[in-house]
Amino acid sequence: MSSGTLYDKVWDLHEVSQLPGGATQLFIGLHLIHEVTSPQAFAGLKDLGLSVRHPERTVATVDHIVPTTSQARPFADPLAEEMLATLEANCAEHGITLHGIGSGRQGIVHVIAPELGLTQPGMTVACGDSHTSTHGAFGAIAFGIGTSQVRDVLASQSLAMGKLKVRRIWVDGQLQSGVYAKDLVLHVIRTLGVKGGVGYAYEFAGPAIAALSMEERMTLCNMAIEGGARCGYVNPDQVTFDYLKGRPFAPSGAAWDQAVTWWSALASGSEAVFDDEVRFDAAAIAPTITWGITPGQGIGVDETVPTLEQTEPDERPLAEEAYRYMDLQPGAPIAGLPVDVCFIGSCTNGRLSDLQAAAAVAKGRHVAPGIKAFVVPGSEQVAAAAEAEGLDKLFVEAGFEWREPGCSMCLAMNPDRLEGRQISASSSNRNFKGRQGSASGRTLLMSPAMVAAAAINGRVSDVRTLLNA
Amino acid sequence: MSTPFPSGPISSVSGTSVVVRGDDIDTDRIIPARFLKCVTFDALGPAAFADDRAELAGSAAGPHPFDRPAHQGASILLVNRNFGCGSSREHAPQALMRWGIRAVVGESFAEIFYGNCLALGIPCLTADHDTMLAIQEAAEADPAAPFCLEVADQTLSCGTQHWTLSLAEGPHQMLLSGQWDATGQLLAHDAELKATAARLPYLHQFQGA
Ligand code: SF4
Repeated sequence: MSSGTLYDKVWDLHEVSQLPGGATQLFIGLHLIHEVTSPQAFAGLKDLGLSVRHPERTVATVDHIVPTTSQARPFADPLAEEMLATLEANCAEHGITLHGIGSGRQGIVHVIAPELGLTQPGMTVACGDSHTSTHGAFGAIAFGIGTSQVRDVLASQSLAMGKLKVRRIWVDGQLQSGVYAKDLVLHVIRTLGVKGGVGYAYEFAGPAIAALSMEERMTLCNMAIEGGARCGYVNPDQVTFDYLKGRPFAPSGAAWDQAVTWWSALASGSEAVFDDEVRFDAAAIAPTITWGITPGQGIGVDETVPTLEQTEPDERPLAEEAYRYMDLQPGAPIAGLPVDVCFIGSCTNGRLSDLQAAAAVAKGRHVAPGIKAFVVPGSEQVAAAAEAEGLDKLFVEAGFEWREPGCSMCLAMNPDRLEGRQISASSSNRNFKGRQGSASGRTLLMSPAMVAAAAINGRVSDVRTLLNA
Repeated sequence: MSTPFPSGPISSVSGTSVVVRGDDIDTDRIIPARFLKCVTFDALGPAAFADDRAELAGSAAGPHPFDRPAHQGASILLVNRNFGCGSSREHAPQALMRWGIRAVVGESFAEIFYGNCLALGIPCLTADHDTMLAIQEAAEADPAAPFCLEVADQTLSCGTQHWTLSLAEGPHQMLLSGQWDATGQLLAHDAELKATAARLPYLHQFQGA
C-alpha cells in the first residue's frame, strides 16, 4: 500500500468519515459543474428537499453544447438553449457563480478553472466529467464523477470513495523537438493499455515531467483517464507556483507565502512508497497517433498499423474491429493517410501553448485543398491571448477557421461534427466509434502540431519534417 | 419498462439476460453524445446502444442484442472487459436502467461507470474470463432462460448451472443494506464535515498552514 505520496497526504487530509460500506467519505474542495451533467443532479437535490451546502465551493461554466460560430442567445438549437437556461436558473437559485458566455472567463471547464487560479495544489477536485483528471497537473486529487455524485457533492460537499493505489510513471530524459506532452501520454497509454490504470492514481514524475510547462502537465493528466487511471497528478513545484501567482482566485499577499510552504510540503517525499512504478524514456518517443478506436491503439507516426501477429492475443478482436471500422490495412503505414477534417481544440489541447505549437507549423503555409480545418480555443481567455498575439489572423491566412471557445468537435454535442465516414485529425482525447458526431466517423488523435501538419499536407504527416523545413 | 427502478436493499436480481460481447465498450457507445442533450434522463431507455444498433440493423451479423425480440424485457446484462470506459456520463447506466437492465455481470468495469451503477442500485459483479465466456454461451444458447443473480452469496445461476462471481466488500454491503445511495450517509456526518472543512488551509486563506 502506498504511503507518503501526495495522493496519500491529500486523501488523509480530506477524509471526513468511514462509511458503513467500507468507502471513505471524502471532502471535495472544489466542485466544477457544467450544463450536461448537472441538471439532473439539481433535480435530484430538489426531489430530496436538500440545498447546496457550500455554494461558494462550486463553480459553473458552459462548454459542451455551445456553438462555436454564433454564440448569440437564444442558441439556434432549442435543446442547447434549454440546457444553458437550466444551468443559469440552477446557479441563480443556489447562489453558484457561473462564468457564462461573454464574461471573459467562459470556456471548457478544465481550461478555465486552472487559468482562473481556482485549481490549486492539495485540493480535492470533482466534476461530472471524466477529464477532471486534468486538474491533477497542479498536485490536486481530481477525478470525474457521475450525476448522482454531483448531487451528493452539492448536498454534502463530499463523496463516498474507495482509495486508489498509486503508480509512479517515471519519465527520464527529454522530449525531442516536435514531440509534445500529447505524444508522451499517447505513448504511455499505448504501452500500459486503456485498462492499465484501473484502480490506480498515476503520479507522473521524473526529469522529463519536471521540464514540462503547466499546460503540458495538464495535457498529460487530462488523458490519465484514457489509460484507465481515474486521476493523474504531478507534484507541485516552482513551475506550478509561477503559473498560479497572480491569478484571480489564487492566494495573494501573506497567504501566498503560506500557501507555497503548504503546497511544497505535499509533494511525494523521498520516503514515499508506491504500489507500482513504470519507467519511460522521453527521448525514445516519436510523434504518436492513434490508428484505431481506443486511445490505446496508438503508434509512432513513422510506424505501421500493427498486424494481428504484432497484437497481444487478447487485443486481437478489438484490433480486427478497428481495422474494419477505420478501413485500415494491418501493416500499412499511417503517414500519408488522407484526412478530411482537422480539429485543434478541446480540454486536452485547446490552451495557448497548443495553439502556438500549431501556429508554428501553419505559419506561412496553407491548408490543403478540400480540407476543413478549424481552431477552437479552450476558453475566452485563451482566445483573447491568442488574438493578442495575432494567432487568429495567422490561422485564418493559413486557411483555418477561427472559432468561439467550447468543447466543439471533441464530442460534437454542438453543431461541429463529422459527416458520414469522414476522417479527422484531432487534438482531442477520444477516438471512440461515433465520438465526433457521425456514427461512422473516424478519428485520429494526435498533438495540435501534428493536426496542423495534417491540415497543411492533407494527410497524416510527421510534424518534425515541417518544423525542420 | 414495467419493472420499477431499484430501491431499498438489493439482495437478488432475476430475469432473462442479454449478452453484449466485446472489450472496452465505452459510454459513447452505450449512449452516444447527441442523446446527452437533455435536462432529465427520462427518455434515454430507447437510445441505449443507439449507434451500435443502427450499424447492426440489417447487417449480416444480425440485429444488435438489444434489438432481438428474445431479449426484450431482459434484466441482466452480460459483458466482457473494461465495460463502460470513457466518459463519466451517468446517462449510460441511466439508459441501461431505463431499457430494463437491473444488474451487470462482466470481466471488469471502468471505475466511474461502476460507481454510477452502484449509485443507481445496479449491481455490477465480475467473473473471470473463462467463467464469463461460459455464462455468455449459456445465455446465448437459450435467450428465454431465466437467470438469478444472488448479491448475498455472489452467484449467478441458470437452471442447473451455477457460477461464482465477485463483488467488493463495500458495494456488497451497500447493496444488501440498501445504503447504495450514499446521500443520506454523507449528510449524517455533519460535525465531521465541519471539522474537515475547518482543517483545510485553502478554505481559510492559509492561516496557520
Ligand atoms: S473538451 Fe471534450 S473531453 Fe474535454 S470536457 Fe469538453 S467534451 Fe469533455
